Amino acid sequence: MNAPERTGTSLPNYLLRLGDSALIIAQQLCGWCGHAPTIEEDVALSNIALDLLGQSRLWLEYAGANMAPAQDEDDLAYRRDAHQFRNVLLVEQPNGNFADTQVRQFLFDSWHCLLLTELSRSTDTQIAAIATKARKEAAYHLQHSSQWIVRLGDGSARSHRYAQRALELCADYVGELFEMDAIDLEMVNAGIGADMAALQPQWQAYVEQVLAAANLVYPANPINRRGGKLGQHSELLVEVLMQMQHLARSYPGAQW
Amino acid sequence: MVNLFQPVEDQQATASIWALLTEIPDPEMPYISIVDLGIVREVRWQLEALNVVLTPTYSGCPARREIERSIRDALGQAGVEALYIETRLHPAWTTEWISAQGREKMRGAGVAPPLAATQEWQTLTFWPNPRAAAQPPCPHCGHTNTRMQNESSGSRCKALYHCDSCRNPFEYFKSF
Repeated sequence: MNAPERTGTSLPNYLLRLGDSALIIAQQLCGWCGHAPTIEEDVALSNIALDLLGQSRLWLEYAGANMAPAQDEDDLAYRRDAHQFRNVLLVEQPNGNFADTQVRQFLFDSWHCLLLTELSRSTDTQIAAIATKARKEAAYHLQHSSQWIVRLGDGSARSHRYAQRALELCADYVGELFEMDAIDLEMVNAGIGADMAALQPQWQAYVEQVLAAANLVYPANPINRRGGKLGQHSELLVEVLMQMQHLARSYPGAQW
Repeated sequence: MVNLFQPVEDQQATASIWALLTEIPDPEMPYISIVDLGIVREVRWQLEALNVVLTPTYSGCPARREIERSIRDALGQAGVEALYIETRLHPAWTTEWISAQGREKMRGAGVAPPLAATQEWQTLTFWPNPRAAAQPPCPHCGHTNTRMQNESSGSRCKALYHCDSCRNPFEYFKSF
């Protein structure tokens, strides 16, 4: 394992980005539990949420171990405020209708798979181990959301309209997934992180392929909304955190 | 590797620990044991403490805590006083680690065991056609005239299938 001194606060911050993005999208997916259109889909979305929650725990545990003073996964998940979260903005977008959720998931999963593949080659052995494990799970998630994109886009006139509209809403948050800021570059140069900008063409190719099968069109000029990785979030995240953290904050130390 | 400094009785003690662990059922699939599932990677004595190394199946597997509790209970009853359960992530768990005996027991319980795990997950591959999904032999009649009904079944690790030969539904333990 790498000595934390070598990377200062950049390593824990980088790990928080990974852990927080997985945590927030997991929490969002939990909102479908008991509400999905079929019981099988209910099970699928809940299980995808469980995978992502498990991955998030691994990232946050490792992030906390690299902080001074050290923090555990619960401190990080339950006792931070919105501005301390480092998730990408895409994951805090609301569940909306079923197409909104699946489009958000599809854009996330396709990016997540590439990110994890790259991180599975990290020189940091713990990052490589977590990423390798998570990547196998993410492949199933991507298969699932890709099939829904085709089914919705190539389905009824209504499902097509909803999917296209969701795509236009979510596309504004894709730029942030591939932008490389100082922390990202430092991690790439240290052999630890993933160069996402270099992977964007590969991502684009996959997404275009699925969208073509779904008769959907990727929006031409999305606005590039960013800031999540630096802790600049919308009120949407506050709402998610109020639900997620309520019990732990109102009843500190609660056990069940 | 044989440790020359390890007393012989310790090695025998490890064998008996393995025998105990083989009796512990998986909470989701009680017909197979945690050893059959391949998640127990190593058992060794370190000074006075017993170290059991587990590799989790899925990151979010809800059965994980239950499994650890069963191990603590079983070994505690057998007189192991100091137990340390270690989680090892790498190499990642794969369905290839499920024992032949475990696969047989799955089939007996009406669950099709996993087919060979491929490396396809390493690349972005788009299967627009769900019919391209794996066709495991039906655990009831053995025919491969099967099709996937849903990629999620009763639990995270299984998919729901239908056999067109004997017209029975069955669960398939997905290769991973």
